[in-house]
Amino acid sequence: MSRYLYYPGCSMDGSGRAYGESLIPVCEKLGLNLAEIDDWNCCGATEYVGVSLSPAYALIARNLAIAAKSKTDGEPLVAACSACYLNLAKADNYMKERPQLGERVNVALDAGGLHYDPGSVEIRHLLEVIMNDVGLDQVRANVVKPLAGLRVAPYLGCMLPRPDPDHRWKNHERPDDLDQLLAALGADVVDFPLKTECCGGHMTQIAPKVGLELIRRLVDEAEHHLADMMVTVCPMCQINIDAYQGEMNAEFHTKHKMPIVFFTQLMGVAFGLDPKKMGIGRELTDARPALKKIGKEAQPAADPVAPAHRPRPDKRALPMPRMESEATAAAETPAEVAR
Amino acid sequence: MVVAQVSPPLAVDSGVRFLEEVSAKTAGVSRLEMCIQCGTCGGSCPSADDMDHTPRMLFAMIRAGMKEQALRSNTPWMCVSCYHCVVRCPQGVHIADVMYTLKGMAEQEKSYRDSTPPGFARVFVGQVETFGRSWELGLTARHYLRHFILRLPRMTPMAAGLFFRGRIGILPHRIRQRKQLHAILSRAEELEKVS
Repeated sequence: MSRYLYYPGCSMDGSGRAYGESLIPVCEKLGLNLAEIDDWNCCGATEYVGVSLSPAYALIARNLAIAAKSKTDGEPLVAACSACYLNLAKADNYMKERPQLGERVNVALDAGGLHYDPGSVEIRHLLEVIMNDVGLDQVRANVVKPLAGLRVAPYLGCMLPRPDPDHRWKNHERPDDLDQLLAALGADVVDFPLKTECCGGHMTQIAPKVGLELIRRLVDEAEHHLADMMVTVCPMCQINIDAYQGEMNAEFHTKHKMPIVFFTQLMGVAFGLDPKKMGIGRELTDARPALKKIGKEAQPAADPVAPAHRPRPDKRALPMPRMESEATAAAETPAEVAR
Repeated sequence: MVVAQVSPPLAVDSGVRFLEEVSAKTAGVSRLEMCIQCGTCGGSCPSADDMDHTPRMLFAMIRAGMKEQALRSNTPWMCVSCYHCVVRCPQGVHIADVMYTLKGMAEQEKSYRDSTPPGFARVFVGQVETFGRSWELGLTARHYLRHFILRLPRMTPMAAGLFFRGRIGILPHRIRQRKQLHAILSRAEELEKVS
């Protein structure tokens, strides 16, 4: 078993509980030994950095200092929440990039008897560890119940592939790592065009109209591609798309029912673990009906449906600009230029 | 006498100073002065439609020393931190981090028109400082009662659903070494005030 330090993040025993409870047994199966770091604190999410710089980075660096102390032999620190991962990686990088910030953070840490040398802990995300350290062959070897017949839309969200301070991703806008992993589980993977578009993050809390529109785009597109469910790597994306789907439906008068689960939950199901223990059923938009499709005959011709034609404009409506006038306008312009 | 009446020609300098101030308060090297006004940022932005100014416009305002207008713009608050602009910016400007800096400065000077986003950040930060962890129930309850009381009826079934599925912690989780965390954060806050 290879040992990794583990930073769960606050949502793992709250709204993202299904993630927390599924990733531990899945990692055990894959031979990853996750050692939770002692008495870790919140990473500050996207809120603290927008209030005060030095305290925000000192808050993150306290976790890094604890991780550096509990290292026995160069183990990386693994986070599964995208925001936690990015905050940890950013703090480590910016303390190097701006020595003044690094110094300041260490003066602050000193008040608590801690110290952190930037660069001393390797910070990684669980998905990337599974892809690179474990490998797809090992994943395939563990699959006992292939997810054939289940059409999934892989959804990474923003903060994992971008801004990528440690240069771990080949593609920042259309990476296919999660696609490959889900295909290795036997699922029918949709080429989801919005896989790294934003779910709105905290917008559902501070500007609901903006947030709900971003959620609508994602769910609409997943439905358009006839996905049975979306699969994510981030607790924020999960709660936005899952829990706010009701409010989104009310806002836009739609009737979407698009379940979204964490990739570790599907891995657990494919590895033959009890779906209930993988946190299936904790989502508000029930994923269980979709999971029943596993093993059944795949639906034939699952091509994306063409969007419905726009209704013809009302005859009483204002006239639209016509082609002739456009043609005359085009003829006039070069003459003007010549003059 | 005459000399004293002439207003000093510092308009340009004050602009430079604001640009420098924003850069100095940004984590990492902001590269803000490298902006070539190409507009890739606004074109990549999922929430640009809801912004008072596109990021490009905002950066031009910062350079022009329009501090008050820049800090009153809702643009930084509408930024969703998706980093699309950051990976596409041909000049490598740390756009999202500059947005965080502007939020912090607006918060400091109480220069915002909508108190919802800074209010949310403040409640979040307050809880993290007290408990060492974020507490979703306390955060949303306080925030919704204060800012979205009319949204509560719509939210109730969702809250109940989350509760019955074991996704809401009733009590906050407290870390053990809260004193140590407080010492670190207050020292950091002192350092922040110095600059």
